[in-house]
Amino acid sequence: MKKWLGKYSQQIFLFTAMVIVCILLTIRSEYFLTWKNIRNILEAVSYRLILAIGMTFVIASGVMDLSAGAIVSLCGVTMALALHGGIPVPIAVAFGILLGIALGAVNGLLIHYTGINFFILTLAVSGMLRGISLMITDGKPITKFGQNFIYLGIGRIGEIQLSVLAAALFTLISIPLMFHMKWGGYVLSLGGNREALIKSGIRAGFYRVTVHALLGAAAAAVAVIITARLNSAEPNAGMNMELDAITAVVMGGTSIKGGKASIAGTVMAVLILGVIRNGLTLMSVSSDYQQWITGFLLLVSVLISEIKVYKLKALMK
Amino acid sequence: MSTDTQKPIVEMRHVKKAFGYVRALEDMNFSAYAGEVTAIVGDNGSGKSTLIKILTGCIKPDAGEIWIKGKCFFSLTVKQSMKEGVTAVYQDLALDNCKDCAGNIFLGRELMKYGILLDHVQMRRKTEELLRSLHISIPDITQPVEKMSGGQRQALAIARAVYAGGDIFIFDEPTSAMGMKETARIMKLFMELKKEGKTIILISHNLFQVFDISDRICVIHNGRFVDSFLTKDSSPQKLHKLIVEKEEELSDEKMAW
Repeated sequence: MKKWLGKYSQQIFLFTAMVIVCILLTIRSEYFLTWKNIRNILEAVSYRLILAIGMTFVIASGVMDLSAGAIVSLCGVTMALALHGGIPVPIAVAFGILLGIALGAVNGLLIHYTGINFFILTLAVSGMLRGISLMITDGKPITKFGQNFIYLGIGRIGEIQLSVLAAALFTLISIPLMFHMKWGGYVLSLGGNREALIKSGIRAGFYRVTVHALLGAAAAAVAVIITARLNSAEPNAGMNMELDAITAVVMGGTSIKGGKASIAGTVMAVLILGVIRNGLTLMSVSSDYQQWITGFLLLVSVLISEIKVYKLKALMK
Repeated sequence: MSTDTQKPIVEMRHVKKAFGYVRALEDMNFSAYAGEVTAIVGDNGSGKSTLIKILTGCIKPDAGEIWIKGKCFFSLTVKQSMKEGVTAVYQDLALDNCKDCAGNIFLGRELMKYGILLDHVQMRRKTEELLRSLHISIPDITQPVEKMSGGQRQALAIARAVYAGGDIFIFDEPTSAMGMKETARIMKLFMELKKEGKTIILISHNLFQVFDISDRICVIHNGRFVDSFLTKDSSPQKLHKLIVEKEEELSDEKMAW
């Protein structure tokens, strides 16, 4: 029991925090605990969850990808151009997803083969991709798509929006992928000890490229959802989205140094961030504060993660 | 034990390796025989670890030939080396500290169920059996390796090598973090492997351990082959003298420059 509590301490803490926040918000606003508001929260967090799950894999592999938001923007813009060019929706969406996979894979290739620090590299890539989005759109949004495409953003099966179902499906698939399949095991080892992976005869480069390709695919899926939902592809879409994703992943208990991951933790962290955002909106707090809170929570999560690493190092000595 | 007419299982001929301006190996020659423990001794920075990393495919040599069981290679990949039966315990142990015992023992050779899913239960069971058969005591095999002691980690790395099988075992400072009891157990294991006809290459700074277990000693110094002889023809004092003399020669060369 003690071991179990120790292992899942961060997730238990998050769950408790979420319950407390929910109780406080229920007391403050009678609207909070209504089905309509819960549905709003789920719809608002769905695409953030997809990106955060993708980011969980990347952070578990020992790096971060700061270009995820820019991939969202470029995939959205290119898909929009394809749709305006008369390309059928399934082909345009497939093209967008493939572009996301390719951009992610390029990030992975660059990180693995150039040896440049991932932080600088993905920051530079982010600037370049955002620049391309601005250049091809002239800085203006591309709007008005057919109903078939918009359905992908706002369509529902019963009471549940497609994006919520997509996020739930991606989360469910990611659990066996991370913890019960070779691929996930090697991604974790990439973060745990890359040298051990190489000395075991495993091609580390392949796993570096594919884990970034997965994040690229997740970013492209986010692009489909937000472009369809807003009926507009904006060159500035996805701005700071990677910060939200990293915050959720680290808050959820995935080690910032890699090697350890928690999908359940990421889900809980995305939900708690969504609930806080929703609560602040209900209490008419400015969105500027929401940004501040996200940054603050990231700082606190990183500090907790660092303290854990420090304790382990002391134990190993 | 081999005679000099016996063919070596592993042979390195005129192998060279430089890292930028640093020449780690210069014209290195080395042989190891089946059913023998060959110890590689030399001072820090003499090129011992580079030599074994070339043999395991972690590093590509700049020149020279590597012969394994009569096959010639100019360089090896890790996979090729494993295919030829080479298994290593590295000085850094090459363990994934975030994984548990089973995760490390089966890294790269996982047991699967339904074709795609990892069989965690079977891997844990086999890990328990393996550790028990090797008399390795790890109270909780489900805890991550980072929470284990240095000796337990070394024992785990050795268990992984034994599980991997192969017939050429390389051990780089395998017992440096172990207590006397654990070291004795590992030495016994080496003798058992030797009896089975396996080739063992041992790197150790502990000259008494080297004399205790090895059949042949290869001395290297400053990236060069110095001498190779049967252990029974030497003594720790003689070997120590040889290493110190080489060290002094090098200092004289540096002074002359």
